[in-house]
Amino acid sequence: MAAISGKSAIVGVNEYPKRRDPTVTALQIHALCAKAALEEAGLTKDDVDGYFTSGVGGMPTVAMCEFLGLRPTYVDSTSIGGSSFVSHVGHAAGAIASGLCNVALITYGSTSWSQLTAIGTGGRAQGDYWDQFEVPYGPTTVGSYALAAQRYEHEFGGTVEKRAEVSVATRKWAQLNPDAMFREPLTIEDVVKSRVISSPLRFFECCVISDGGGAVVMTSAERARDLKQKPVYILGVGEAVSHTSMNQMADLLTIPAKVSGEKAFRLAGLKPADIQVAEIYDSYTITVLLSLEGLGFCKRGEAADFVKGQRTAPGGAFPLNTDGGGLSSNHPGMRGIFTVIEATRQLRGQRGKAQVKDAKVALCHGTGGSLSSGATAILSIESR
Amino acid sequence: MTTPSTGYRKPIPYVDEVSKTYWKGAQRGELLVQQCKGCGQRQFYPRPLCAKCWSTDLEWLRCSGQGTVHSFTLTYQNGQPGFREELPYVFALIDLDEGPRVTANIVGGKPEQVKIGMRVSAAFDWISPEIRLLRFRPV
Repeated sequence: MAAISGKSAIVGVNEYPKRRDPTVTALQIHALCAKAALEEAGLTKDDVDGYFTSGVGGMPTVAMCEFLGLRPTYVDSTSIGGSSFVSHVGHAAGAIASGLCNVALITYGSTSWSQLTAIGTGGRAQGDYWDQFEVPYGPTTVGSYALAAQRYEHEFGGTVEKRAEVSVATRKWAQLNPDAMFREPLTIEDVVKSRVISSPLRFFECCVISDGGGAVVMTSAERARDLKQKPVYILGVGEAVSHTSMNQMADLLTIPAKVSGEKAFRLAGLKPADIQVAEIYDSYTITVLLSLEGLGFCKRGEAADFVKGQRTAPGGAFPLNTDGGGLSSNHPGMRGIFTVIEATRQLRGQRGKAQVKDAKVALCHGTGGSLSSGATAILSIESR
Repeated sequence: MTTPSTGYRKPIPYVDEVSKTYWKGAQRGELLVQQCKGCGQRQFYPRPLCAKCWSTDLEWLRCSGQGTVHSFTLTYQNGQPGFREELPYVFALIDLDEGPRVTANIVGGKPEQVKIGMRVSAAFDWISPEIRLLRFRPV
């Protein structure tokens, strides 16, 4: 086990409960969630000496520290897409273990639903150098994932029927979450018959667009034991980046999860079979299949079989995205932080009807951009 | 040669010092990629150094324009002007016979007939007085 393993813990979490809220701004969500997460931990704003965020202006932590009245001595605005906040957990774990900060606050807020933001289908404007070789052709976020899904179908014969298992299982978890955006029953047939957004991906294979956000508070394992919540220890973390243009992705079916996952498992001294509950960023069905393979839960090309027969649904052998995920619960744009919040609540035993019995070790994984980045964190209720 | 379009609404590439040779080639109907004199790596898109070995000793290689569809998607939803009028359009990754993989639209056939592994050939269309854009057509 590595020097960071078990040295820090999550001691406070909060998720903004509403999915459609035209009365709130993104900055308000950051602020309200930060306050609630610190209160849950039994800490105050004056305890915070490390701050992490992404998705706010050009200098995210500078802007948010002004807005929140924070003056930390350690900040990190790492922006690698939706996985950023899982990456922040890793960076905070390292900073706490090495003494660079003691109380880390991570916040996120966005009002994509209220602002009618077309996250996956909006098309892209030119900004960076490499855009001149991609943007003239009409890339969309869903289109990038669709390139991988098309290739997956070609190489492994995965079909919409097989991918639909993920959408349907995730909806069943959402039905156990009163806050989830969509809770109506969903069948394989519903998914298969839904309209094509970017072939081969269909409507019910795409995450929802919601408002929302959240906050996570971390501190040292020592201090965590004196606080209000059962500490959830960080055992292993990893991150990886691979490309921003899809033409630079060496293998469309090997995503950064492979590198980030291997590192997280190595640092934790654990293997995929040790994971009892998994929260894996489900921007699209294909994201889940490629992540399951990349993280080592199954072999390359076997994820469609892995999720077959509702294995990831409530009561199934592999509890996955137990809050209803991005496919049914919420997706304000960068969902990574919710994987951490849900895993923490599962390990504390706070999930009521959605509780995975005796869950002691959880995995969180975020994917960012167009399969561009990955960040993994392995959490446990035991410091080991 | 196609004449310059009027009323073209899709994004027009921003050309800079690093990419100007590629776009000059496109004006002549040539598909250029870089080849590293240090390690032999061929790369697309152009860079000031070889992304594999970091040699700055690069030369331009004129490709045949022949390639194979590596993957593609038929885009049915994109609100951007220029694209929303052409749904579904084919957004594709093409493996050039010379090695590098490029992004382009496949035009000149039914979108529903595009398949992975299909052979395609480069074509260039003027979209502004300066820019001639790479596309591919089924062979």
